[in-house]
Amino acid sequence: MSGLLAAPVLAPVAEVSALSVSYASAGGDVPVLVDVNLRIGAGETVGVVGESGCGKSTLASALVGYLRAGSRIAGGSVAVDGQDIVSGSATTVRALRRHHVGMVPQNAGSSLTPSMRVGRQVVEVLRATRGLDKAAAQAETVRLFGRVRLPDPAGLVQRYPHQLSGGQQQRVAVAIALAAQPRLLVLDEPTTGLDVVTQASVLALFAELRRDLGIALVLVSHDLGAVAAVSDRVLVMYAGRVVESGPVEATFAQPAHPYTRGLLASVARMATPGLPEPMPGTVTGAVDLPGCSFAPRCALAVEECRTGPHPPLMPVVADGADGPPFRSSACLRQNAALAAPAWQGSQRLPRSREPGEVLLEVRGLTVDYRRRPDARSGPTVEGVDLTVRRGEIVALVGESGSGKSTIAWALAGLRTPTSGSLALHDAAAAPGARPADLGQPAARRDPAVRRSVQLVFQNATTALNPRRSVGDAVTRMLTLRGLRKQAARTARDEVLRDVGLDSSFTDRLPGQLSGGQQQRVGIARALAARPSLVLADEVVSALDVSVQASVLRLLDDLRDEHELGYLFISHDLAVVRGLADRVVVLYLGRVCEEGTVEQVFTGTSHPYTRLLISAVLAQEPGSEVPDVVDDKEPESAPPPAGCAFRRRCPLAVPGVCDRVTPPWREPQDGHRIRCHVPLEELEELSAL
Amino acid sequence: MTTASGTLRRSPGRARASRRRWGTSLALGTVLVAVNLLLALAAPLLTSYSPITPDGLAAVEGPSPAHWLGTDSLGRDVLTRVLYGGRYALAVSLSAAAVAIVLGTVLGCLAAYRRGWFDEVLMRLLDAVLSVPAILALLVVVTALGSGGPVIVLAATVIYAPAVIRVVRAAAFSVVSLDYVTAARARGEGFWAILRREVLPNILDVVLVEFAMRCSWIVLLVSSLSFLGFGADPPTPDWGLMVSENRTLLTVTPLSTVAPIVALATLIVGLNLAADGIAKARGIDRIVGGSR
Repeated sequence: MSGLLAAPVLAPVAEVSALSVSYASAGGDVPVLVDVNLRIGAGETVGVVGESGCGKSTLASALVGYLRAGSRIAGGSVAVDGQDIVSGSATTVRALRRHHVGMVPQNAGSSLTPSMRVGRQVVEVLRATRGLDKAAAQAETVRLFGRVRLPDPAGLVQRYPHQLSGGQQQRVAVAIALAAQPRLLVLDEPTTGLDVVTQASVLALFAELRRDLGIALVLVSHDLGAVAAVSDRVLVMYAGRVVESGPVEATFAQPAHPYTRGLLASVARMATPGLPEPMPGTVTGAVDLPGCSFAPRCALAVEECRTGPHPPLMPVVADGADGPPFRSSACLRQNAALAAPAWQGSQRLPRSREPGEVLLEVRGLTVDYRRRPDARSGPTVEGVDLTVRRGEIVALVGESGSGKSTIAWALAGLRTPTSGSLALHDAAAAPGARPADLGQPAARRDPAVRRSVQLVFQNATTALNPRRSVGDAVTRMLTLRGLRKQAARTARDEVLRDVGLDSSFTDRLPGQLSGGQQQRVGIARALAARPSLVLADEVVSALDVSVQASVLRLLDDLRDEHELGYLFISHDLAVVRGLADRVVVLYLGRVCEEGTVEQVFTGTSHPYTRLLISAVLAQEPGSEVPDVVDDKEPESAPPPAGCAFRRRCPLAVPGVCDRVTPPWREPQDGHRIRCHVPLEELEELSAL
Repeated sequence: MTTASGTLRRSPGRARASRRRWGTSLALGTVLVAVNLLLALAAPLLTSYSPITPDGLAAVEGPSPAHWLGTDSLGRDVLTRVLYGGRYALAVSLSAAAVAIVLGTVLGCLAAYRRGWFDEVLMRLLDAVLSVPAILALLVVVTALGSGGPVIVLAATVIYAPAVIRVVRAAAFSVVSLDYVTAARARGEGFWAILRREVLPNILDVVLVEFAMRCSWIVLLVSSLSFLGFGADPPTPDWGLMVSENRTLLTVTPLSTVAPIVALATLIVGLNLAADGIAKARGIDRIVGGSR
């Protein structure tokens, strides 16, 4: 108990006390937040984690005194600097927002005014909040841009938001929030949607701001790695309640709530191969069930968990007298939760498989979007070679803009390649038949070829027609395959069963499904065509970690069951590590490296692969933000000659790398690296 | 669906409130249009007079048990002509709006789907058509081809289809770029299948609003034309024509002028309310601008 009393003595920057927020709906008030307490001390960083629908964002916006239309405070208060920011007078709220709290909304890019230069957007805030005159505000803007580590601050103020990369937009949004010199900065999903390298550098920025400016940060994220890397304390939310809170290290090392344990176990990790363990079920409403709302998904639940009142937050007394202070957990079976291993390692290890016959053979694929020849740049995708065998998962990794999706679209027949051969050796075709040419657009392909190549999309919500039922979406594919009536119905139910949905889903509309279920329908629709090659474009990146794991397992099951070959596009290296057999690393549409997962991730590698791997955040507690220096201008146009990566490469050899296309080097059988630097030197770099 | 994630989507409370608010205008509009439609269809059952045959003995009479709304200068029953006039107005406007909508939807979707030169050429053509004032274009067509139902329908289509194409194209643009349309293209579906299965169900509300709006504008346009003497030929029972014919008798038998005006007003207000109701209930921005 002494731990609770020893809470920070400094006056809190913000204090949320017994906050309950409800949302008015047709069936009466729906609680979104229930009895949430949070005290943020000066300069403290608090991470808020949980699946979507758990009330994280509601809590974040309540901290700046904003509630979504239709919701209201059912109890409790939010005080910033000792004043109530939610129910205070308009003047008070404005003054608090002006001087004490700042918020960087989710998807910072769309929070910037597109028709105003980014510099002016900061100047505006400076003049309004700090009363600076124009010249001083402009000087301060440049200083702030430097502070958030934007390259060339003086030049950048003149740009429009669309001229910046995603990471730069994020930094501008942070600069706007910092302009008012707040004591508390609320960051809603600040790293979601950014690629690994940018993610790491944005997080490094937060750590730096906190150290140098002493700002308190609230970091709302579903990315446990990000929270682990920069937070002091973590708040785990489930169904509108805080179910566990405590220092990050101790909480993540030895969770005292089964939900925290489940979240941690469902994250794919770089350090260990294999697929993580999925968490069953989905988030329910805060008061839908008697007892603990997590009980239906909990492996440790006992009868009392289901019938009694929702367990209150109780101090965690870990084994031994020197138990970690300030920890609390809302679990009746706290001791059992503490005793269970936090992270059991991958539940499913990769199996060694005999490589099947060659399914897809791409040689020298080039896609050029340029309308007219331009000596300053090269084609978007150039000279890409790819081989996918039956039952093999080949991952295509790289930052955004590396041409991953362009390659998938070319294979799906939605973009016509400029040159190169794309051959599909479909086993379903007559033996000895010529391979199908995938250089043809979809409309001109043979229907059988069209069916054998199927695309699964990143955003399952837009991939399904909102006015077509699940059954209808799947049946359409079957109809195209020539199945009718009873045969189609049987096949439909079979396909849905394959992806783990029972036939009661056939009449539902996509809007009635959860994100994971929608993605399963997307996969079912692809499967219904009986494909031999599945192009999976970032299929799990939009899903919650708990759902990600189960979709990854599904993909893994299906490839064995149907002997599918996958081209798995992803920027998440940990996921790739767990699922794929081979990896192809792309940079600006050029292949840098190719090999098995083990060869690429643990052996000698290309400087770019090194950069990607070093940027991945370890999910383990106590991990540091990787020191990735990536302040350079984003590259959008590939160079006309030489190595595409040379401008960011620490080993670049002037006069060689910018003129000559790098040669392929083969450290091992099947492992190829395209670099001018000799293997010995690369090996030294990889060993660091 | 769980309540927690349900609240993340569209706010159910707000949607219901707006449905309640706009439900009344939709219901009122639908009733007004339905009454007009019913009266027009049942005209032969409701009155025994002929809308065309003159009766010299009963000319210019005030309201009486025999002629509830009196008679006009040729002794025709005003109520009968108003009822039959509804047939004409509805037939012309519904068919013209239907043709304009079908044409506009197909071309609008095609432009959004194809893009490129097709879209470019079509849009420039539409700019040209749209730059001509509606009433002027209609006058030119009527003068060249003569008046009469089919000609008016054709002329109204030519005038209104461009605006429909633009609105539908804009709505279809946002749908065509979505992944489910990409998925349909990847599985080799043709334009018509994509239009029918993927695009149309998702822009149906926009199309419906367009239809109701265009209907009301065409009713007004056709009546204006008849009033000016370029629309329906006498003795056709047309509301605009009736107002024009009887306005000299406004002080003698006011009902012969007021009755067609009231009929016209109820139909137009009804159509507008219905369009507004659909638009607001579905969260579509109402098409602004008047009858052009």
